[in-house]
Amino acid sequence: MTDIKLQARNVDVYYGQKKAIDNVSIDIDNGLVTAFIGPSGCGKSTFLRSLNRMNDTIADARVTGEILLDGEDIYAASMDPVALRARVGMVFQKPNPFPKSIYENIAYGPRIHGLAQGKADMDVIVEKSLTQAGLWNEVKDRLNDPGTALSGGQQQRLCIARAVAVSPEVILMDEPCSALDPIATARIEELIDDLRQTYAIVIVTHSMQQAARVSQRTAFFHLGVMVEYGETSEIFTNPREARTKDYITGRYG
Amino acid sequence: MILSAVLLAVLALGLAGWTFARNKARLLYAGRGSMHSMPVYHGWHFALWIVLPGLLAWGVWSVAMPTLVNGSILADPAAAALPADDMQRAAILSEARAIAADPSVFAFDPLSARLADPIRVAEGKWGTIGALLVLICALAGGAHAWTRVRAGFPARTRVERVVMAVLLVVSLMAILTTVGIIGSLVFEAGLFFKDVSPLAFLTGTHWSPANAHGGDISANFGAVPLFWGTIYIGAIIAMFVAIPLGLMSAIYLTQYATRRVRGWFKPLLEILAGVPTVVYGYFAALTVAPKVRDFAAWIGMNNPSTESALAAGLVMGVMIIPFVSSMADDSLAAVPRSMSDGSLALGATRSETIKKVLLPAALPGIVAGVMLAISRAIGETMIVVMAAGASANLSANPFASMTTVTYQIVQMLTGDQEFNNPKTLSAFALGLVLFVVTLILNIIALRVVKRFREAYE
Repeated sequence: MTDIKLQARNVDVYYGQKKAIDNVSIDIDNGLVTAFIGPSGCGKSTFLRSLNRMNDTIADARVTGEILLDGEDIYAASMDPVALRARVGMVFQKPNPFPKSIYENIAYGPRIHGLAQGKADMDVIVEKSLTQAGLWNEVKDRLNDPGTALSGGQQQRLCIARAVAVSPEVILMDEPCSALDPIATARIEELIDDLRQTYAIVIVTHSMQQAARVSQRTAFFHLGVMVEYGETSEIFTNPREARTKDYITGRYG
Repeated sequence: MILSAVLLAVLALGLAGWTFARNKARLLYAGRGSMHSMPVYHGWHFALWIVLPGLLAWGVWSVAMPTLVNGSILADPAAAALPADDMQRAAILSEARAIAADPSVFAFDPLSARLADPIRVAEGKWGTIGALLVLICALAGGAHAWTRVRAGFPARTRVERVVMAVLLVVSLMAILTTVGIIGSLVFEAGLFFKDVSPLAFLTGTHWSPANAHGGDISANFGAVPLFWGTIYIGAIIAMFVAIPLGLMSAIYLTQYATRRVRGWFKPLLEILAGVPTVVYGYFAALTVAPKVRDFAAWIGMNNPSTESALAAGLVMGVMIIPFVSSMADDSLAAVPRSMSDGSLALGATRSETIKKVLLPAALPGIVAGVMLAISRAIGETMIVVMAAGASANLSANPFASMTTVTYQIVQMLTGDQEFNNPKTLSAFALGLVLFVVTLILNIIALRVVKRFREAYE
């Protein structure tokens, strides 16, 4: 039985007159990590940002087509983008902790959405989120330190914990390791594998090795078009399209 | 007269010299690397050696000549009739000088008419000597430089050095002016504090310089009501207007407005900063103050005064809005976009993001903007002169007439001034206090801004 979480149908994304994404249709399943790969400027981040309507914050961005979350059109007039983003969380390329304490960074989301009934409740959420992000043991004694005082890798895990704290259904990750060193990257990759038990995860990455390591499905984007989508093992060992093959063998990109 | 002509002549010589020296240097030029400096630098070097000695001599002579001319006149037999009193003597001499320059001027004192001729002769004589001196200096400098137009001469480095020296002198002027202002403030304030104890001045609550007679006058110079008026109007009432309005308009402009709206709104807001303060002053006095008085009467105050702290403070607040909003605008814009993205991606609304993430992150910059605005407000004069009144009131009632430090300085230094009287000198003490306070506010604000910038780079 397939368990489709997100479904895109004939999605185009425009920036002003420029078409950045051309007719993309894709099914994203629960319990799996889906990787978007492709050369810079191919539109993979743009497409990712249209999955939780972060493109709304860009003045002249426009999305056409249908994106369904559990069968519900997220661009329908009845869909509140604020509520949507609580269900589809996002982790960014550069770690962006708020200039607040570690505790407050995590508590921010739950507080906005009224997820905790009191201080004790909030403590539980903070501990659970930090544990899920594999950060609890490193920071449990200094929850009141500023989040920005952590190392780059820790900051990124803090941002993941922050996203997890509002109990989303999907987590979108936009090149989450591109600003990190190899050891911190390995930690995050392990973490992604753990998180997929609970959340549907979509990750944009520049690194084909990373896509091969963490994902079960891979979509290859080129010039705004989704060229190929399938099992990660298939894409990397036996791509159907010549362009995919050229890219993964390093002919361009 | 002749001195101005010689100045033009020196400049013309310099210009001609520039051409000559460059042309001479061009003849020496024999391909790349044949000369240390390009011909144009030889031109500049030569021209500078003509103009700078000429200017120097001209400057020295301009300072020295009046003394020399005076000496000649006093030696004239007609000058024997001059009165002994310095003031009368100076009056007659200045009249004589005016007649010497323009014979059609009417002479009040016959003596000045008689002195006009000797003055004309003396000025002619010393002027000619000076002009010759200037020319000699310029030519001597030129002769020195002419021998330097050689292939190996480093004219370029010399010219660069002069450029640096000129820039140094110019920037020193600004600094020296500041030092001079501080020096005179401190000096005159020192004279004031000889008569009035600093403690009484800074802590006394009774301000009535007009009644300062006799032995102990310290009691009449208690400046606390002035400080209070300044703070109440500039830092409290004005900020009640400026902080919310400035901050909210900055938030609207950076976070909500489309580019088109922003393109219109921002310049319009900045017009506020371009309105002359005297215009704000009569706006406060003629438009706002009567309304404030009517309002005070309406809420049941007995015989409210036309001049009030509230009227001045309200208008001052409006004047300060652009300061607060432009600093807030900058610091909000300096918060990285990733911050607000992070918050929005968690399902926060726009206003939650602004309130909980952007404002805390931009707070140092906003605080710095407010401090600069306060330092601007407490130094503001025109509005309070026109709308706040003159009575030194120590009161929290916004409808009361109040006076400020700047208003009192204006009072003390307009009309009759006696620089041996504490009444006039008190202006310098007040100025010194104002200067120190605004300096501290500015230093804190700049520090805060600097630290804030570093945090995000």
